[in-house]
Amino acid sequence: MNNQSGVRSYTARRRLLIGCFMAFTALMLWRVVDLHVIRNDFLRNLGDSRSLREVEIHAHRGAIVDRNLEPLAISTPVVTVGVVPRKILTEETGIPRLAAALEMDTQELQQLLSDRIARDFIYLRRHITPEQGDYIQGLEIQGVHFQREYKRYYPAGEVTAHLIGFTNVDDVGQEGLELAYDDWLLGTPGLKRVLKDSLGRTVQDVESIQASEPGQQLVLSIDRRVQYLAYRELTAAVSRHKAKGGTLVMLDAKTGEVMAMVGQPSYNPNNRSELKGEQYRNRAVTDIFEPGSTIKPFTIAAALESGLYKADSRIDTAPGFLRVNNHTIRENEDHNYGVIDLAGVISKSSNIGASKLALSLGPERIWEMFSRFGLGTTTGSGYPGESPGLFNHYRVWSEIDLATIAFGHGVAVTTLQLAQAYATLAAGGLQRPVSFIKLDGPVVGTQVLSEQIAEQIKFMMEGVTQEGGTGTKAKVDGYRIAGKTGTARKSTTGGYSLTHFRSLFAGFAPISNPRLVLAVMIDEPEGGQYYGGLVAAPVFSQVMKGALRILNIPPDDPGSMPGQVIMAQNRTVFPGTQR
Amino acid sequence: MKYFLITLVAVAVFISALEVVITQHRARKLFVEIQEQEKIHDELNDLWGRLQLEQSTWATDDRIEFEAVSQLDMIEPGSKTLKVLIQ
Repeated sequence: MNNQSGVRSYTARRRLLIGCFMAFTALMLWRVVDLHVIRNDFLRNLGDSRSLREVEIHAHRGAIVDRNLEPLAISTPVVTVGVVPRKILTEETGIPRLAAALEMDTQELQQLLSDRIARDFIYLRRHITPEQGDYIQGLEIQGVHFQREYKRYYPAGEVTAHLIGFTNVDDVGQEGLELAYDDWLLGTPGLKRVLKDSLGRTVQDVESIQASEPGQQLVLSIDRRVQYLAYRELTAAVSRHKAKGGTLVMLDAKTGEVMAMVGQPSYNPNNRSELKGEQYRNRAVTDIFEPGSTIKPFTIAAALESGLYKADSRIDTAPGFLRVNNHTIRENEDHNYGVIDLAGVISKSSNIGASKLALSLGPERIWEMFSRFGLGTTTGSGYPGESPGLFNHYRVWSEIDLATIAFGHGVAVTTLQLAQAYATLAAGGLQRPVSFIKLDGPVVGTQVLSEQIAEQIKFMMEGVTQEGGTGTKAKVDGYRIAGKTGTARKSTTGGYSLTHFRSLFAGFAPISNPRLVLAVMIDEPEGGQYYGGLVAAPVFSQVMKGALRILNIPPDDPGSMPGQVIMAQNRTVFPGTQR
Repeated sequence: MKYFLITLVAVAVFISALEVVITQHRARKLFVEIQEQEKIHDELNDLWGRLQLEQSTWATDDRIEFEAVSQLDMIEPGSKTLKVLIQ
């Protein structure tokens, strides 16, 4: 039939062709089965490992703020530039352009990269600004990679440097409060799966494996304004007296919160390239010193508590020196105060008076009282590296030890310990732990001295800042100030130095309702003056005055400001009325 | 009856499988969206941090004092010139 039309039948060819198609289809089908069923897992893993990556989601480190939520430490993004030497060296113009963008020398960069050609990846520049990073990214140079990192900035700089400490290049706390509260500040990084292209750029976010938990904000008890004021005054005093250094601690008498803590010499925490370990120690909590006469109120406390002495008991300090074993105890400037009462021992700062009291009380009572006020133990602040001071057990004391410990030689404290001991006195014998964190509500304390005795000592300490006392320069107009001066000879090899001193002042205000406690220590003032009443007391006065004003604490001694006090009988305001 | 049930189950399985695919697709889309939002959130957070830094740099007590004295001719009042108002 087919032949009729003259067309030949190519049955064999057709079958061959169909056979070929079928064989090909079978092959394809087998391939499909092979890829999708038999080798599925293997291939999927292989593919995923080339394009799907698990990437860490950054957890933002919490900010550190002061009690009024002013920032003291914030993490901000920066960019780190790295290169793959092999890749960048293949492109002719890559290196000159990159060098120009990073402000580096082309030759040097070329050399640097050629030397490290075997390395897979090297960091070129860490922590440049995001703007710079975007610019370099825009150049699209082969083999240049960018990593987003975070760097800590401290807006208050050297004013809070010691207190807050700093973080390392990976934003992990290294020193100070950054270290102490690292767990709180650090977040938990998350994990996500992303799709990347052959150049390693993220194309698409695929799924979340674990959400990231940002770090929490840390609210300190510090008041930045007071901190700044304290830093300024301390720095001025240290340079005025050509001193080696100094520390200052201000506590809230009602709560034990640290309002300010500064140290000299300080450093810039935002640029630590030339920093030595010596500089970033927070001296107010790590360095110990002999407290000198600032310890005398506690000697008096032991005397009053023993019942052997009353507030008006008298002591004969004549003739101005006292022999104990083979040692002679003298008054400052070899004064002879004659017969004085306990208040006189504090206001005149009589070494002999304090020694005689201690010798008559015996070592156990003195040790007991000093220990209760925190000597030899840390303040409970939890600050890294806090020193407990130095305070031996009374069983190893000799008689001369007892006599000198009574006026603060042979024991050692930190500025923070001294401030806490005075805060306990200010709070009527109620000791509270020191806190760097802003607290809500009342703080539970321990009564370590009866309120009555604490009150008596407070009034004795008021005499220090009044006419005839050693610390009149600590006065603040309008406020009644309790305080105590201290001048301690620095111990050197083979005894005490005659030329190197520490000047101290510790006190609190206002007496009628103590709110602020302040301890000031100036290390080795030179240039003539070294008495605590001349070097440290003026710093106390300036800082206390400013802090009382900043914190709006009303004056309790308006009588000392004649003509300056306006008594408002009621809240009515008379416009235009002038005094 | 038996076949009917099997068919029903088979259809249910098919629909459920489709739902899985659709849901997964939707989840991915939402994830992409949330990632975008989080990126914006992070950027705003960074910006907020930088603005806070900038603000606190401008408001440094040091600078305020300097500006007050040099630009505005202000002086710190002495203790004798203060007036205290007691309620």
